[in-house]
Amino acid sequence: MRMIQTKDLVFDYQQRDEEGKVIGTHRAINEVDIDIYKGQFIGILGHNGSGKSTLAKHMNALLVPSGGTMWVDGKDTKDEDQLWDVRQAAGMVFQNPDNQIIGTVVEEDVGFGPENLGVPTADIWKRVEDSLKSVGMLEYRSHSPNKLSGGQKQRVAIAGVMAMRPKCIVLDEPTAMLDPNGRKEVLSAVEELREKEQVTVILITHYMEEVIGADKIFVMDQGNIVMEGTPGEIFGQVDKLKEYRLDVPQVTRLADKLKKRGLDIPDGILSIEELVDEICQLN
Amino acid sequence: MSIKLEHVNYIYSPETAYEKHALRDICLEIPHGQFVGIIGHTGSGKSTLIQHLNGLIKATDGTVYYDGKNIYDEGYSLKELRSQVGLVFQYPEHQLFEVSVLKDVCFGPHNQGLSEPECEKRAKEALELVGFPEKYYDQSPFDLSGGQKRRAAIAGVLAMRPKVLVLDEPTAGLDPKGRDDILDQIARLHSQTDMTVILVSHSMEDIAKYVERIIVMNKGSIMFDDTPKKVFSHYRELESVGLAAPQVTYIMHALKEKGMPVSTAPTTVEEAADAIMESLKKENREIL
Repeated sequence: MRMIQTKDLVFDYQQRDEEGKVIGTHRAINEVDIDIYKGQFIGILGHNGSGKSTLAKHMNALLVPSGGTMWVDGKDTKDEDQLWDVRQAAGMVFQNPDNQIIGTVVEEDVGFGPENLGVPTADIWKRVEDSLKSVGMLEYRSHSPNKLSGGQKQRVAIAGVMAMRPKCIVLDEPTAMLDPNGRKEVLSAVEELREKEQVTVILITHYMEEVIGADKIFVMDQGNIVMEGTPGEIFGQVDKLKEYRLDVPQVTRLADKLKKRGLDIPDGILSIEELVDEICQLN
Repeated sequence: MSIKLEHVNYIYSPETAYEKHALRDICLEIPHGQFVGIIGHTGSGKSTLIQHLNGLIKATDGTVYYDGKNIYDEGYSLKELRSQVGLVFQYPEHQLFEVSVLKDVCFGPHNQGLSEPECEKRAKEALELVGFPEKYYDQSPFDLSGGQKRRAAIAGVLAMRPKVLVLDEPTAGLDPKGRDDILDQIARLHSQTDMTVILVSHSMEDIAKYVERIIVMNKGSIMFDDTPKKVFSHYRELESVGLAAPQVTYIMHALKEKGMPVSTAPTTVEEAADAIMESLKKENREIL
């Protein structure tokens, strides 16, 4: 079953002058075709301005295509009658939690989504509790969000989306502001959601290590999908990734460096265990 | 131009339900010209600490000395201090506001009361220091890419010619190339001028690559204050407080556990590659 599908997807940003007249367009997405299946964990990589976030915003109809079509859970995002279904199917989490939190108390903020969906009160409380627990923020339920640190706020924002029980969750650089532990916690919360609820996860990130467990990775450059494959296939191409302003996890970089110095080590090493095994076999 | 903190304590919202002891008895000295990294989990007190360095928040208890003078003394010019200790906040590009990049960077020197030509001279110098391309000087800062915006914002602080530059996660949200570019630029800046640079970061890999000293914050106290190699040798303890060592540190320890006679000191990819090659060569010789 497809969760997200696009066909010849195009999006042009319009540049306007002071009177609001269109003076030019900038193509942010250029005829992209992707298929994402239910329950998959998808990583999307690409440098700043490559079109990742624009693509993500199409996934819950914050933007609608200038050309081509995007289907979310089988629904055409251009169809206004299905807008709310699309948005309920795909929840978004953005980079900066400050722009996403509206409640004055944590649990109120998390309850906002389900409340808007018309979920019965008792059920809202349960969802709020479950979601806060899954991101490790339950003890802060009665705190004021603006007293929390950036990382804590982000976890509340994710809980807010989780409380709407979406089929698909799109995270646009959710960990950019977090410390290593915060990152780990957020990612394991997302992972758990995927395992327990079979939620499709689409993770946009600049941290390469975060997507080594993905089922598939898309690499974007200038609005195009330029690479597509498993983490092993993608990260095996260290030099090509560098051309796209990207990087590989440190362990992959070290493996690549050792290979270039003449050691017999395969491409696409992703974990510390793999590399250690390879090196030990050399002896 | 050293910075010295003596028994600094800071409590947010004292005597309320939200009271939080954010800094506990901080004593530290940063001599002029050092390149220092500050790490710590979210909420460990890093941001609170750096806001003390230019008097943006006043210690609940304790003293801060800049260049030997107590900044809390009556008559001490905090305005002067703030032009000497430049703070670049997280996501500084959110503070861009002018119609052109050049004008935006001029804002700081302007407030220092400098003449128009002098402001412009310093602004251009600062933009050059961060490697900002000249052809975009008259562009609106809002039309720039993320990395360029960040550079423009950092230049805005540099234009005030600070003696100390404090950067709070200057690479958050940038792509890997943009991350390396900005940090390389900052490192070059540090080696070219005699500026003190204090870098707050969540990336252990970045910290390991650039700084000469790491201060580890945990729950408002200083947990470690040493060279990167020494600090990262405590990687188990760092993990217990929500931090980590660079990935290569784990690789070296794993190799050693498997019986490979290799040093566990490396904290960068280069060093690790060298150490592994050396160890393999040595072993092979023994076999021969």
